Amino acid sequence: MPLANFIPTADDYLRYLPEIILTVVGVVIMFLEAVGGERRKPALGWLAGAGLLAAIWGSVVALGVGGTGFQNMVIVDGFATFFRILVLVIGLLTIVSSTQYLDREKANAGEFHALLLFSIAGQCVMASANELIMVFIGLEISSIASYILAGYLRDDRRNNESALKYFLLGSFATAFLLYGVAWVYGLTGSTNLAEVRRVLMTPESAPNLVLMGTAAALMFVGFAFKVSAAPFQVWAPDVYQGAPAPVSAFMSTGPKAAAFAVFLRVFITAFGPIATRWEPFVWGSAIATMIVGNFAALTQTNIKRLLAYSSIAHAGYVLVAVTAHSEIGTAAAMFYLAAYAFMQIGAFAVVTWFSRQGEKFVNVDDLAGLGERQPMVAAMLTIFLLSLIGVPLTGGFFGKFYIFRAALDSNLVWLTVIGLLNSAVAAYYYLRLIVVMYMKEPGAATENIGPVSAGLRVAILGSALATLVLGIFPSLVLDFAGRSAALVK
Amino acid sequence: MPELPLPTSVPLSWYLLLSAILFALGIAGFLYRRNIITVFMSIELMLNAVNLSFVTFSYKLKQVDGHIFSFFVMVVAAAEAAVGLAIILTVFKNRRTLEVDEIDSMKY
Repeated sequence: MPLANFIPTADDYLRYLPEIILTVVGVVIMFLEAVGGERRKPALGWLAGAGLLAAIWGSVVALGVGGTGFQNMVIVDGFATFFRILVLVIGLLTIVSSTQYLDREKANAGEFHALLLFSIAGQCVMASANELIMVFIGLEISSIASYILAGYLRDDRRNNESALKYFLLGSFATAFLLYGVAWVYGLTGSTNLAEVRRVLMTPESAPNLVLMGTAAALMFVGFAFKVSAAPFQVWAPDVYQGAPAPVSAFMSTGPKAAAFAVFLRVFITAFGPIATRWEPFVWGSAIATMIVGNFAALTQTNIKRLLAYSSIAHAGYVLVAVTAHSEIGTAAAMFYLAAYAFMQIGAFAVVTWFSRQGEKFVNVDDLAGLGERQPMVAAMLTIFLLSLIGVPLTGGFFGKFYIFRAALDSNLVWLTVIGLLNSAVAAYYYLRLIVVMYMKEPGAATENIGPVSAGLRVAILGSALATLVLGIFPSLVLDFAGRSAALVK
Repeated sequence: MPELPLPTSVPLSWYLLLSAILFALGIAGFLYRRNIITVFMSIELMLNAVNLSFVTFSYKLKQVDGHIFSFFVMVVAAAEAAVGLAIILTVFKNRRTLEVDEIDSMKY
């Protein structure tokens, strides 16, 4: 091949616009952090927000010149754009909900925003990856930045512990993923997703199915760690409990959505031809994830830990959609991840405000009487919790509805039954929070509670609005998800 | 790519076997060692085992893709080491211990 073929075209750069914008703005923020004075610190948050908005515009531009770029390394289709915009919006909500927190904990704001942008850039790379190399690099850019974010308050013991556990288990999982990639490469002679699919489809060149299944299983271990699916979920409660609350909100939504994006893309595009082989494993993992998440959440007294277990349970519901491996399954997973992101970030934003300096108040009982003292915030938290349960008129309801419908369409009756029973169990621990808020006598924790800062107010109201819009007009998002769910090209 | 003489003394499958053994040793080290630095070294061992597999496959397939992949793995491992050691340092500064079992302040 002549060398000229390897020089990227202008369209290639346009297809990569969001990642380019995020990286440039992130680097600029790090530079300004070093040369700017204390006074300029608040401006960096605005700059990061502007960068994210520009990247959303960039994703739309990139979709306009959609297709594969950089020698088939990246693919820009509706699916990639959906997840790019989702993680960018998650980033915006994280920035507005972290301003008060960073001031309160007297934490330097500059590098926080830079790391956030780098992490999101990694997630955008994952969303548009069309090659196992890109999957790996995106995953690592996203993970390495979030390891630091998890331990952002250096002198806080819980932050340290959270970062250490996230780092050790995250890199352990990456090694499994990589070993799987090595075997896929060795067996098929390619790391391009479409090419791997082509090799698996041709009977003459099809590799040994046992080895291929092992390679897929190794990659599944890596992805399962990243989306906190059982039996690889043990890190999630400790990490989400120990990390700063706005970072927990980010880590339990952004990286998870991006990891599901590559999970879907790799398993449906590349491993689609051997779907009957991996389906039983994902099926089992989906059931185990739902049961572990929901039953462990029943006995939690720490709100952050409870939300961590609930986030594991929600990963289980999305795995049900992955097991269906159909177009409506993919669309249901996309819709669910979007709906889940808003309710989870909203709930964590309330926790961020409520916990106060040093995260002193994070127990379920501390919420007692919040409904009386702060009726507005309590009402918002109620919306998020009802959506997490899956009550009609909220995004969570339609998310679950589409997932279980997709599962039934793929004849996964037992999985649907177990999933529905699990949703009933989940209602108990979410309702317990609502009961404590409205029916318990106000305690010491709700006394002298300060007002909600402007940033957090935007985050909470924005998330609540998005949750309700997704619950009342689901077709706004679902139509796009349905049109872009056809992954195989 | 110029035709390389295939090794006659050591068959390629032995390299894959060695890689699998190194990977398994890495897993065992991760699970059974109690010192954080040793646990971290076990992860690096796993990554290097993967590199060996990539290079072996690349040689067998007569492609350069696997070589390039192993370079990416090395770069990422270096970045990971930089961040990881910094995290381990802050843990040590706050707790004066590097025993994995003693890092357990989260309540169940």
